[in-house]
Amino acid sequence: MNAINEIQDEIIDEFEFFDDWMQKYEYIIDLGKDLPRIDEQKKTDEYRIKGCQSQVWLDAEPKQKTIDFTADSDAVITKGIIALLIRVLSGQAAEDIAKSDLYFIDQIGLKEHLSPTRSNGLVSMVKKMKSYGIAFAHQNKAKS
Amino acid sequence: MMQSPTIQTQDFADRVRADFPILQRKMNGQAMAFLDTAASSQKPRQVIDAISHYYEHTHANVHRGLYQLSQEATDAHEEARRQAAEFFNAASEKEIIFTKGTTDGINTIAFCLGEYAIEPGDEILITEMEHHANIVPWQMLAARKGANLKVIPIHDDGMLNMEAFHDMLTERTKLLAVVHISNTLGTINPVKRMIEKAHERNVPVLVDGAQSAAHQKIDVQDLDADFFVCSGHKMLGPTGIGILYGKEKWLEAFPPYQGGGEMIQEVRFEGTTFNQLPFKFEAGTPHIAGTVGLSAAMKYMDEIGRDAIAAHEQELLTYALAALKDIDGIRFIGEARNKAGVISFLIDGTHPSDVGVLLDKMGVAVRTGHHCTMPLMQRYDIPGTVRASFGPYTTIADIDQLKSGVERAAKMLR
Repeated sequence: MNAINEIQDEIIDEFEFFDDWMQKYEYIIDLGKDLPRIDEQKKTDEYRIKGCQSQVWLDAEPKQKTIDFTADSDAVITKGIIALLIRVLSGQAAEDIAKSDLYFIDQIGLKEHLSPTRSNGLVSMVKKMKSYGIAFAHQNKAKS
Repeated sequence: MMQSPTIQTQDFADRVRADFPILQRKMNGQAMAFLDTAASSQKPRQVIDAISHYYEHTHANVHRGLYQLSQEATDAHEEARRQAAEFFNAASEKEIIFTKGTTDGINTIAFCLGEYAIEPGDEILITEMEHHANIVPWQMLAARKGANLKVIPIHDDGMLNMEAFHDMLTERTKLLAVVHISNTLGTINPVKRMIEKAHERNVPVLVDGAQSAAHQKIDVQDLDADFFVCSGHKMLGPTGIGILYGKEKWLEAFPPYQGGGEMIQEVRFEGTTFNQLPFKFEAGTPHIAGTVGLSAAMKYMDEIGRDAIAAHEQELLTYALAALKDIDGIRFIGEARNKAGVISFLIDGTHPSDVGVLLDKMGVAVRTGHHCTMPLMQRYDIPGTVRASFGPYTTIADIDQLKSGVERAAKMLR
């Protein structure tokens, strides 16, 4: 859990440097542009998280105890926020992902993008990431 | 050279704007350019005051109270109906049914006409530019009755393919349901001509007037529409109230839609007799504050002048199209010759939702997405559009703020 919170705190620190919304969004847009794309073959309904405005695709690859996430969107701001979520959750222990409290979103002023009433697919993506965490943590327990 | 707007346009908007308290507020710390009137219009002080006054002085349940208060509430409620009949030039107040809104009005007709006249193999004709509210109720009806939904295609510029329309009107057609003004494309459809054609084959026509009712003068008798539906909240009035106009001959013939209080004459366990028009279609306590607010809204529109509103919005449209076309990589969706104050566009190399997010930060309220017209998005093979739409209070300054906002957003996103 600490690893997840450490990264969240890092991001919060980074965002404190921005003086206005423009700098913040320019940074998010850059993150979006730099996010490695998901395999074109995975841009199917199976990986798609339905949002009203933009489309989001998510893939989860379980390792020993951790999960690697890759994700993509057709909207670059959504992608930038995805990049932040991946930085926080990808490669972390399944159990920690399941239990994570993503307080950084609120603190860096992006709450509106992840409010349940905003239909951009990001809320569903976070839910999906956590449910992968729960599922793989459960599998790991069953194995051990 | 950009066409400069007339002084009248600016004066008109300035005058009207003073009546809309919400337009004084800021959004994200910026002066707000509200360009989402097609989704819902703002409300003038006169409407807000009428609703407050109603709750402070007049409220009681309508129609059967013997006391003064109930009588006054009934008078206010029925005055709204009289006014609506006049506003749309209906032949009688009996033809004005209060609904929750356009969607509710369409569902009412889909149910009633379905029960009254639809048989397996019958066809219901709609267009490719319909809002989901004018698609889904017909799909549901078609599924219920074994009927078929037929869709009139559009041309690339967003105009209806009238040739196809003529061909698709057959002896199997039982209803034409068509949008008056497209909420996505801004196209003003030639509904009067279409109604004439449909009537040659005795096909009744429902006009979805959600986008037209507040932006031009509507005369249902001149149009000869069988049904005309609209929403109060898109015409400067409150949410949750709408109007269904229906020709008396149809409404008399149709079975009721919902059962309950108000719509009955006598109830016995052996059977019930129904109330007369228009009450037959108004089960339950009506949205009295809604009709009172809508009444104030119609009065307001008549005071500022519906022709003046239409002229103002046409001037804004001309100005906006000329201004926006200079934006690098802009692509308009919907370029019909006859077009209302609704502009949908995309910016090359950007996603509409990204543009919308950044415009919000710059105080510009637009709508992005599919605008409840997913089949249109499929038709143009686009993920959505950015849509700016106008009202009587929209100013040249709002459009200038939109233009500079879009340019700035495009620069950030590319």
